[in-house]
Amino acid sequence: MARTGILIEIENNAVKETSFGVMTAAAGQEIYALVLGDDVSAVKEKLAEYGAAVIVSITAPGDVASSPDLQAQMIAAAVKEYNLETLLGTASATGKDLFARIAAIMDEALVSDCVQVNIADKTVKKSHFSGKTFATLKVNGSVLLCTIRPNSIEPVASPAAGELMNFSADVSDPGLIKIVEVKKDAGKKLDLTEAPVIITGGRAIKAAENYKMLEACAQKMGAAVGASRAAVDAGYAPHSMQVGQTGKTVSPRLYIACGVSGAVQHFAGMKTSKVIVAINEDKDAPIFSKCDYGIVGDIFDVVPVLTEKL
Amino acid sequence: MKICVCVKHVPDTAASIKLAGDKGFEDSEIKFVSNPYDEYGIEEAVSLVEKQGGEVVVVTVGKASAVTTIRSAMAMGAHRAILVKTDSQFLDSELTAKALKAVMDQDGKPDMIFTGKGSVDTESFQTQYRLAKLFGMPVVNEVSSLTIDDGKAIAQREAEGGKRQVIEMSLPCVIGATKGLNEPRYPKFPDIMKAKKKEIKEIEFSELGIDVSQGKVTIEKLESVPERSGAKMLVGSVDDQVTELVRILKEDEKVL
Ligand SMILES: Cc1cc2nc3c(=O)[nH]c(=O)nc-3n(C[C@H](O)[C@H](O)[C@H](O)COP(=O)(O)OP(=O)(O)OC[C@H]3O[C@@H](n4cnc5c(N)ncnc54)[C@H](O)[C@@H]3O)c2cc1C
Ligand SMILES: Nc1ncnc2c1ncn2[C@@H]1O[C@H](COP(=O)(O)O)[C@@H](O)[C@H]1O
Repeated sequence: MARTGILIEIENNAVKETSFGVMTAAAGQEIYALVLGDDVSAVKEKLAEYGAAVIVSITAPGDVASSPDLQAQMIAAAVKEYNLETLLGTASATGKDLFARIAAIMDEALVSDCVQVNIADKTVKKSHFSGKTFATLKVNGSVLLCTIRPNSIEPVASPAAGELMNFSADVSDPGLIKIVEVKKDAGKKLDLTEAPVIITGGRAIKAAENYKMLEACAQKMGAAVGASRAAVDAGYAPHSMQVGQTGKTVSPRLYIACGVSGAVQHFAGMKTSKVIVAINEDKDAPIFSKCDYGIVGDIFDVVPVLTEKL
Repeated sequence: MKICVCVKHVPDTAASIKLAGDKGFEDSEIKFVSNPYDEYGIEEAVSLVEKQGGEVVVVTVGKASAVTTIRSAMAMGAHRAILVKTDSQFLDSELTAKALKAVMDQDGKPDMIFTGKGSVDTESFQTQYRLAKLFGMPVVNEVSSLTIDDGKAIAQREAEGGKRQVIEMSLPCVIGATKGLNEPRYPKFPDIMKAKKKEIKEIEFSELGIDVSQGKVTIEKLESVPERSGAKMLVGSVDDQVTELVRILKEDEKVL
């Protein structure tokens, strides 16, 4: 059993679903759940349920929230303190950023966005060439650092002791960058890259307000809503919703493409989804040759029926 | 102002990747381009220098064939380039960062460095952070908006859930560019001709004195992801089709 640290992501006082998948990736190891901040009361039970032998709350003086460099130093210090041989986290925007900073500080290897990790062998599997190939990589060095692609590992509960520990990291260097403000786009809920289900509207959506139809459907499935580049370029959706080569890479359990033709650049961002469904009025649309299930029909007829039947 | 832009020579995302051996791919017949995110870096660097003066130097670690990618960056307005020649597309990120640092040191330290948010071949998402660490510079990745004022950079970065962080740092710094930062220009014919005359300095990786045995990540296997072979098309009325789809998703696929 190797001591494995998991960097836990917390939102609105709850552990993010994707963090449980990361804990499951370390099943069989002695799991140290690392939480930034001193309040773990709201999350400790869940972390124990998903296999945390130890829950470490990491604190440091100074303005931690505004300094990713300081956060990375705190985590690196915890890895040393507890002799963790592996550190895993979510390949979210925050996870990828923090892990790259931690890897640079510790001068250790990092593999980002893995879909499989073999802790004993120090090998990982990840996408190369936008989902066209998978590479198996061997990692040397003393600590294995990996972020895991959201939804690639199904969370499985596996109760453990969940012993609480407090670690006050002896670091105070605020680093070289400072977050001075966080702006929030109005009305955004679930994050695309982490959503287990995504419903996307392409150019066929025809107007920004028609995304409401997809949102209603998304709400029934606990899904996030995405857009194609054609829809973004036409001004129907903000760029933060774009899926594809120049947008987000997503890998949900279920991807439903509504009125999307199926361009390679769109597939580059969603190809590794588990199940892909397409709804398109053109029976010859290229997307039908590259997905799992297809419905030929007008999205404005089909989607409302789908919403009703879910 | 001297700006270095790190540009990787990668297979076009539209190219199909044919495997060669158990960990390589056939690279002679496919089209290679600038890593798409790096183009936002080139555009930003060129337009900054157009406004404030200075020069843009492209730095690439790659095969000798990367010259085509470098020329396209020069056609967008970069002034000079340095190519560190290696023969692997899968060079460890740490070694890549060390090579980029070494040639930038030789050439004279830049006032700013641009990279892309990540490369579309290896999807490593880290070279910029390692480079920044080697220089002791601040780094922000996935930057979709940037202002430079009085030795300070203010970058916006997309975080989860539609949040955008506004981040302040001082120059010199490393910026990982992404879509939104600008619209990369399409070079015109005279620019393409002019680019042919610009200087590309070529250096062998082995001349940099970097210990390659320090590379910590090695590729063991590359395998194709099987293409989906065409959808199962649902039949019947809209109602029937949707009912069957929901059943499949719940009972067979168990994804709902
Ligand atoms: C360098 C580069 C990067 C790119 N990056 C991206 C990227 O990140 N993401 C991305 O998505 N694209 C990207 N593209 C663009 C991509 O090539 C396609 O142009 C784009 O994906 C098309 O979007 P679409 O499928 O929504 O639109 P279209 O191709 O116009 O397809 C619309 C589809 O909707 C169907 N339709 C129309 N009305 C209805 C209706 N009422 N009901 C049902 N079906 C209907 C049509 O039959 C058609 O198949 C990129 C292109 C390049 C060159
Ligand atoms: N071989 C390389 N040559 C030049 N720049 C590179 C190279 N590899 C990575 N980079 C830069 O670093 C960024 C991140 O790459 P990566 O860490 O491979 O995802 C890219 O967008 C490039 O700007």
